Amino acid sequence: MKSAVIVFPGSNCDRDAHDAIQGVTGTAPAMVWHQETALPEGTQFVMIPGGFSYGDYLRCGAMASHSAIMPAIIAHAATGAPILGVCNGFQILTECGLLPGALMRNAQLKFICEETPITVANTNTRFTSRYTPNAKLMIPIAHHDGNYFADTETLIRIENEGQVVFRYGANPNGSANDIAGLVNEQGNVLGMMPHPERAVDAKHGGTDGLALFESLLGSA
Amino acid sequence: MKAKIHVYLKPGVLDPQGAAVAGALHNMGYDEVASVRQGKLIELDLTGDDVEAARVRVDEMCAKLLSNPVIESYSIELE
Repeated sequence: MKSAVIVFPGSNCDRDAHDAIQGVTGTAPAMVWHQETALPEGTQFVMIPGGFSYGDYLRCGAMASHSAIMPAIIAHAATGAPILGVCNGFQILTECGLLPGALMRNAQLKFICEETPITVANTNTRFTSRYTPNAKLMIPIAHHDGNYFADTETLIRIENEGQVVFRYGANPNGSANDIAGLVNEQGNVLGMMPHPERAVDAKHGGTDGLALFESLLGSA
Repeated sequence: MKAKIHVYLKPGVLDPQGAAVAGALHNMGYDEVASVRQGKLIELDLTGDDVEAARVRVDEMCAKLLSNPVIESYSIELE
């Protein structure tokens, strides 16, 4: 599967995303600068990495969600192609409207950088098919604004539709319903605060993120 | 012309920063503070002098970028 990683000014997990994808597929993803207006010919999987695009000014992900590349990503999502946003990538996906809700300041007002237990709440997605139902994973988080918020009606809808894919074991940031990651209604766009690309090599301290890339990119 | 835009969290959206400020004010003895909500003030310097046209444009800027309709409301003052 041909992949692309989007790079914004302030992205800092783009190289980890690159290495995780290359490790699973054997092929390096295209690194696409945010001022491009089209994805490389034949791109299937798009990953929006973590970081601090535009210094998190105004709201995390707000400025990036209006970058030149975004209309191409939104059009690509509409074709049903898989898109993964991690951390700042998740914030960008909510800001541009591809995912419901918003990521607010952590309830304890602290930047949290630690291994966090999460549970796979839905294995019936193209991102999680290689996990066992309710699998407990240890994946790092590193964010100041990961407190997931959506109005009650939206929360009921995404719960009923099975759109919640990951939940925190011990809610670190105040997220509604312990939500750590969710997919859109069509199931092809996943946003999550934990960093699976930082848990794909024994040297990372764990490989619990690997099955996500393997589910999606279909090797190993 | 100047536009002053107030962006604030919608009622019902938890405001941990406002709650922390309220806690600090209580510690300082300002017990009359029942609650605090923290927002943003954004000032724009605009060219042109058509107030009604400006209002339409600034409203669009607020809806598209300056606020997030999921969690925030805004008000616009033009002067």
